[in-house]
Amino acid sequence: MTLKDVVEKLGLRVMTVKAALDPELTGAYAGDLLSDVMANARPGNLWITMQTHQNVLAVAQIKDLAAIVLVNGRKPDAETLQKADQENVTVLGTDEPAFRISGQLYRLLGEP
Amino acid sequence: MLRSFQADLHVHTCLSPCADINMSPAAIVKRAQSLGVDILGICDHNSAENVLAAVAAARGHGLHVLPGMELTSAEEVHILALFDKPELAQALQEIVYRHLPGKNDEEIFGMQVLANADDEVLGFNQKLLIGATTLGVDEIVKNIHSLQGLAIAAHIDRESFSLISQLGFVPDNLPLDALEISPAISPEEALRRYAPALPLVQSSDAHQQDEIGRRRTVFLIEEASIAEIKKALQQQEGRRIVH
Repeated sequence: MTLKDVVEKLGLRVMTVKAALDPELTGAYAGDLLSDVMANARPGNLWITMQTHQNVLAVAQIKDLAAIVLVNGRKPDAETLQKADQENVTVLGTDEPAFRISGQLYRLLGEP
Repeated sequence: MLRSFQADLHVHTCLSPCADINMSPAAIVKRAQSLGVDILGICDHNSAENVLAAVAAARGHGLHVLPGMELTSAEEVHILALFDKPELAQALQEIVYRHLPGKNDEEIFGMQVLANADDEVLGFNQKLLIGATTLGVDEIVKNIHSLQGLAIAAHIDRESFSLISQLGFVPDNLPLDALEISPAISPEEALRRYAPALPLVQSSDAHQQDEIGRRRTVFLIEEASIAEIKKALQQQEGRRIVH
């Protein structure tokens, strides 16, 4: 399933301007501790988090993640979003909490 | 003239809910002095309400107290702030209190004891000091520096509440003065593991009396002040860390 399919089915907000929605998802990973995400997320994963510090962009790049989904209505500051666009990191948002969005994704994507 | 100062920059008092009740400012000062500590940083969680007592208790005892605080950022990163004067720590406290939601539950988190220099209990802080502020790490470091303080990322080797556990790595645009390592790791191991671009200090993070001074940073400086420690961290004018 592509990122675009998931964005449409779950009604995610696309927060970055230059969002690339064509990647095929390899699954998803949920976590707010960046050290853990760096250790355990896999390339092509959709990353579910409430962490909005600018370091999320570097983690998404290092791990080659498909996109970041910020839950609970969290918004990064304007500078972070601008930087996300410069570095081609797609940032999505939802008002749902991590549990609900993870459950919906699990139903769509199944076991990794 | 430069001489070496033994510094334990990170000690909690009984104001921190997780610290032992025997960690009164007067008791800490007495113990630190008996252990040969020259510079003592008082850093309670999100509060500086016991620093005045520690400064008063240390007066005339040849031990220099740096008033400070261990702040919890919105990302749940612990950052140490250290100052020359209690007023500056209190000014930071005002900012912190405006951004610190919640109320303490003594049954769950522990008592938050306000004490004076004579070991008397003055009262109990009611705020949720163990909680996180709504201030991000960038805002915290900015606030500390605007009050001429030192901003140090606490216990970066720990798996919780550390800059590295929460944010994965040291953000390259965060103007910290130093990184602190906990007693759980040696400076040599920390250098190998993190190859830090910032100076490393080590302190006790003491929550009970027998932990005070268990790890120290030795500074070669002229006097016990923030300006001198800053020079030592930056290896200026012959000032340096001698460990």
